[in-house]
Amino acid sequence: MTLIGGDVADQSEGVAATATPALRLRGVCARFGAAVNRPVLDRVSFDVCPGEFLCIVGPSGCGKTTLLRLLAGLMKPSAGTLEFEGSAIRGPSRARAIVFQDYANALLPWRTVEGNIALALEGAGVSREGRAERVCGLVKKMGLETAARQYPQQLSGGMQQRVQIARCLAQQPRVMLMDEPFGALDAITRQILQDELLALAAEQGVTVVFITHDLEEAIYLGDRVIVLAANPGRIAETIDVRLPRPRNQLTTREAPQFLAHRHRLFGLLQGH
Amino acid sequence: MERLWRGALPPVLILALWETSARTGAMTYASLSYPSAIVRAGANALLDGSLLLSTWQTCQAALLGLALGSAIGVLLGSALGLSNIAQRAAGPTFDAMRAVPSVALMPLSLLLLGWGLAMEVSVIAYSCCWPVMIATSAAVRGVEPRLLEVADALELTPLARLWKIVLPAAFARIGVGVRIALGIALVVAVTIEIAVNPRGLGYALVLAQQSLKPDLMFGQILWLAAIGFALNAVLSMADTVRGAP
Repeated sequence: MTLIGGDVADQSEGVAATATPALRLRGVCARFGAAVNRPVLDRVSFDVCPGEFLCIVGPSGCGKTTLLRLLAGLMKPSAGTLEFEGSAIRGPSRARAIVFQDYANALLPWRTVEGNIALALEGAGVSREGRAERVCGLVKKMGLETAARQYPQQLSGGMQQRVQIARCLAQQPRVMLMDEPFGALDAITRQILQDELLALAAEQGVTVVFITHDLEEAIYLGDRVIVLAANPGRIAETIDVRLPRPRNQLTTREAPQFLAHRHRLFGLLQGH
Repeated sequence: MERLWRGALPPVLILALWETSARTGAMTYASLSYPSAIVRAGANALLDGSLLLSTWQTCQAALLGLALGSAIGVLLGSALGLSNIAQRAAGPTFDAMRAVPSVALMPLSLLLLGWGLAMEVSVIAYSCCWPVMIATSAAVRGVEPRLLEVADALELTPLARLWKIVLPAAFARIGVGVRIALGIALVVAVTIEIAVNPRGLGYALVLAQQSLKPDLMFGQILWLAAIGFALNAVLSMADTVRGAP
């Protein structure tokens, strides 16, 4: 199931027996501009199973964000194929929601929290009554009741990121692509949102691809962690986390297996 | 308070000197009138309704022209801002058209539309659409790229993308263009009325001048200044309202 770098033909055989993956990448390369001879991503191949929580870690400049933009359909690869549920990704789709790190730029400052969440439903052509009902439900689910009629800039960073996640959930996506969503938040808010996200992902059965530069966050959240190496961006290692769920901020992080993963990832990111 | 007093002193002194020199007969102002006569003439015109009628005519033309010109400007500016092809294809044409002084179009629009509201509005709209177009095009190009990606990710239709994301995001900067256009609208309206169109404050000014009523003429000029001041005040109020979320 887990595939790493290298020869494309070999890898395809390895997954032939399993069910259609949620996402499938084969030999994906990306480069910016024709003149650049060193690609940002070099022949990246992996699958993501339906319902899986996949974390991707790597040093800055390893192409993490590029990889996510490719999966979202906001960018096209220079070589290789990307598939979503068996068909090629040709552009953005509401079935694949993306959560940006810079929530302040991703929210509409002239719309209230409710209005921002409703935008996703307007895009999907939901009727006015249907929108009101679903927005109300999402506001409750994300703990935004007191902020519902406020504007994003009046809220804390954690609350703004909750709004963005609520807007993505409104799309009813089958895949959530998250680009360092908690990277700009303080440690306590980050831990709270990590646990909320795990609960949400389990409840909705949604597939998550979660990018982070924080390797502890990657181990804590993920079923699997892919480590990218930089220059060019490629898969250095894949780790099956196999820590019991539901996870706990104290006990999970103290588990010997967690620490073992942490040592291994730390070493990889240091370049050993 | 004291500074206000000092600032008001020179104009008050000049007015007092002007008034007393005219009253005592020390100077005669055949074509200049004097303050109290100007105020009286202005008040009379205000009370008999003639000033209000011409004010209505001028403001009607200016605001209709501004509205029409702004709508066209937003439309053209959005197209130029959203599409590089449109920018390359139509940009030079608009630059050339913009270079034509709008008042030079008065004879043409008079020929096409005759005297009246329509010709005045058309010339004002022509003058107003350019600053709005330029402001809109720049504003649309300056929209936060992340918001456009959000629009892409939500698969918004091109129209929804423009209406729900691009124009609201560009709104404040388009407003700057509209503000500039408002000043232009008033100037062009009065100019047209003075030059060719027999209606509004501009025409009233010409009539007062030609019938040798300098007091009324000065009264109308003061009135115009008051209108300009009031419009500016309304716009800066709109500015502060827009500043709040």
